[in-house]
Amino acid sequence: MKHFATILVSSLALMAAPAVAETIAITGGKVVVGDGSAPMDDATVVIRDGRVVAAGTSVAIPANARRIDASGKWVTPGIFAGFSRIGLIEVNAVRSTNDTSAEESVFSAALDVQYAINPFAAPVAVNRAAGVTRAVVSPSTAKSIFGGYGAIVDLGADNDPITKAKAFQFVELGETGHRRAGGSRSAAHILFRAMLEEARTYSRSPSLFDSDLMKASDAKALLPVMNGSTRLLVHVESANDILKVLGLRKDFPSLNMVLVGVNEGWRVADEIAAAGVPVLASALTDLPEGFEDLSATQSNIGRMKRAGVNVAIGMINDRDAHQLRYSMQYAGNLVALNRVPRATGLSWDEAFAAISSKPAEIMGMGSQLGSLKAGRQADVVIWTGDPLELSTQVERVFIDGVEQSLSNRQERLRERYRNPTPGALPKAYDR
Amino acid sequence: MEFGNLLAVVAAGALLTGCAATAAEPETASASASSSSKRSAKAAFPSTYKAYPSDNIVITGATIFDGEGQRIDDGVIFMSAGKIVSVGGPETAIPTDSTIIDGTGKYVTPGIIDVHSHLGDYPTPSVPAHSDGNEATSPVTPEVWAEHSVWPQDPGFSRALANGGITSLQILPGSANLFGGRAVTLKNVPARTVQAMKFPGAPYGMKMACGENPKRVYGSRNRKPATRMGSLSLTRQTWINAQEYRKKRKGAKPPKRDIGMETLAGVLDGDILVHNHCYRADELNQIIDMSKEFGYKVTAFHHAVESYKIADILAKEEICSAIWADWWGFKMEAYDAIPENAALLQQAGACVIIHSDDENQIQRLNQEASKALADGRAMGIEISDAQAIQWITYNPAKAMGIADKTGSLKPGKMADVVLWNDNPLSVYSRPEKVWIDGAMLYDSSDPTRRPVSDFELGQPGEGDVK
Repeated sequence: MKHFATILVSSLALMAAPAVAETIAITGGKVVVGDGSAPMDDATVVIRDGRVVAAGTSVAIPANARRIDASGKWVTPGIFAGFSRIGLIEVNAVRSTNDTSAEESVFSAALDVQYAINPFAAPVAVNRAAGVTRAVVSPSTAKSIFGGYGAIVDLGADNDPITKAKAFQFVELGETGHRRAGGSRSAAHILFRAMLEEARTYSRSPSLFDSDLMKASDAKALLPVMNGSTRLLVHVESANDILKVLGLRKDFPSLNMVLVGVNEGWRVADEIAAAGVPVLASALTDLPEGFEDLSATQSNIGRMKRAGVNVAIGMINDRDAHQLRYSMQYAGNLVALNRVPRATGLSWDEAFAAISSKPAEIMGMGSQLGSLKAGRQADVVIWTGDPLELSTQVERVFIDGVEQSLSNRQERLRERYRNPTPGALPKAYDR
Repeated sequence: MEFGNLLAVVAAGALLTGCAATAAEPETASASASSSSKRSAKAAFPSTYKAYPSDNIVITGATIFDGEGQRIDDGVIFMSAGKIVSVGGPETAIPTDSTIIDGTGKYVTPGIIDVHSHLGDYPTPSVPAHSDGNEATSPVTPEVWAEHSVWPQDPGFSRALANGGITSLQILPGSANLFGGRAVTLKNVPARTVQAMKFPGAPYGMKMACGENPKRVYGSRNRKPATRMGSLSLTRQTWINAQEYRKKRKGAKPPKRDIGMETLAGVLDGDILVHNHCYRADELNQIIDMSKEFGYKVTAFHHAVESYKIADILAKEEICSAIWADWWGFKMEAYDAIPENAALLQQAGACVIIHSDDENQIQRLNQEASKALADGRAMGIEISDAQAIQWITYNPAKAMGIADKTGSLKPGKMADVVLWNDNPLSVYSRPEKVWIDGAMLYDSSDPTRRPVSDFELGQPGEGDVK
């Protein structure tokens, strides 16, 4: 279509990004750096060799730069999905295409999504075309409270989606943890502690490791969690569960935790802030979906933010493999709350940061991803207008400085059925 | 979402005993609808809804979308005694004894209507004890009525009101069954009984389903239907039975009352509207042929993600498509969904409804319509804001058989009205006030005008903004 069509030349794509050493200057647009600062009118973004060189109103344009006029447009960092299962599922209900969890596996913490993520899954292309360029990809749990290792990925149209493998371990300690552990939160917490203790045992003498509880591979996988070198993403929703999770650090002081979900976070926001534990929160949940969500409110993120919690938007269990494109709508809704009496939202600048720099920072990659500050990977999106507004369309997407095709099978279907009646030949000939 | 609900199917058989089936007598031609001892299905569980007290309200200076595709700038709307009295431009006469609300910079729409909801029959908390949406014990259950499952204390009703401006909604049974049972249309007012929510005079709907769900639910139990052809065979046979029942009922010696057959006969008589869950274009067409075989009409296909492939056929058959803006990929029959579905249908002159089937997205039907509109415009299809509002107001009302009473801002209709603090097609917009039959049941600036369900009373978060 209007976008250059076949970027997927295999020889190019085999190389790790950035594939193209190019200098690009995007000029004249309304530029959002994504770090929580205000948008800048008539600003320039310069990209070189896959990284951001500069973004601002008085940026020198290199002589050799390919110029892209973004006058009247908005230019932002790509959307960073704070929690997802993108690339792990093609069709949820088609089990063979669903790699989020392993119901029959003997392993748990040792599972690793890097071997499952498919950069050519249709949801990757659909969300790329919507402006999503990076994502936290997490496994789900099946037979244990631990789901395995998650990754940070890019949504580029190439063979190498992994930005950071083994970026974190995922654990369920709320209602799902209760179920996975055998039927109570007591069981979940004792399992958590026992498995970490077993990891310690494993570290002392790996060759002699013999546990009734877990495979050596799972113990090995939990070692970096225990010593804090690997982040632990913990899914909890209720205020009580949140406090119990924060309390784990008394016994395991090195845990490098990030809370996920956190529908009742506002009730214990001061405690979360004091603990210095960051949060990837669901944005708009406001129903008592379970008894762990009784006080859910759309003001949750705003209230946590006001209390000093380091918070970004994630979308756990919320169409998290197909609809990362809801990120902008969710952020926009948090802005809308500012005009609802008694509600607490985010400012526009905070809301955009919550889907760009904030998730990158929370995952420890803020110096490389999530904003248009100099030196960051050049994930850049040009939009027709305010990226949080529903009417806005994506015009161009760059990942690691490489312009991406926005084509996907939804677009192809749309064009095939632009006029639904068959022509001289059946629709199957219409390509 | 419906997929999740279906996975959570539990047998909820106990709910269905003790209804009219045990006590009722055979219906006869002379049975009086008003006689309590010989109450027919038509008059069973009658609505006891009564409008709450209202004032004379005038909103001035607002942008008005009338729900039937018209936009009025600097508009005036006057409601009195629960009805819309006048709608027009700044010249519209303003009665002196009215409360005047300055709507400058704000927007007015009819109350938003969701044609596909499971609030009440899949309420939150979504625990198994609340799973009342699918009578998944037989693929043919036209005898069940969704209203007998609806829990009026579902907190979801208040969220739909406050965040979505929802004033009327149709509660459907789920899609496990080929014939899922009767739907019920409610006014979105908090109530102690379902009857007190029932939309007065609304015709009944009947839920049907095709495709993956029935064959998955029953095929996995090694019973029919395990295939799409099995589904069609069982559905057709049931219609044959219904035709027979209907014929006998009109004869000299009517058969014993059969509440399932009463519903099917009601469809064949044209009194009950068919809402058919069906995704794929080829299947939609199969259902159309079947409806012609048995002489009934499909009012709306729900979840019709592939409608765009046969938009011309749906326009010709005058069947509405009740669809999501952009859901896709959760099962095979949703794999070809595209966000331009609504726009392509509109372009073909077919009836478009944006529905939710979801306790969260029902709070944002306006935003869903906006996304569908934007994607249409991006592909070059011209649709006005006012037309997109029709997808969530007049069109669902039409498909629910209540468009003569609500769904647009016409004099004489129910005063179901939303005042938005900005263009409802903007992400930054929220309902400021919502009136149902002229009674202000939500006011964003007044914590006392926000319903708190029994379930939420005394719980953490009670009365919060949500």
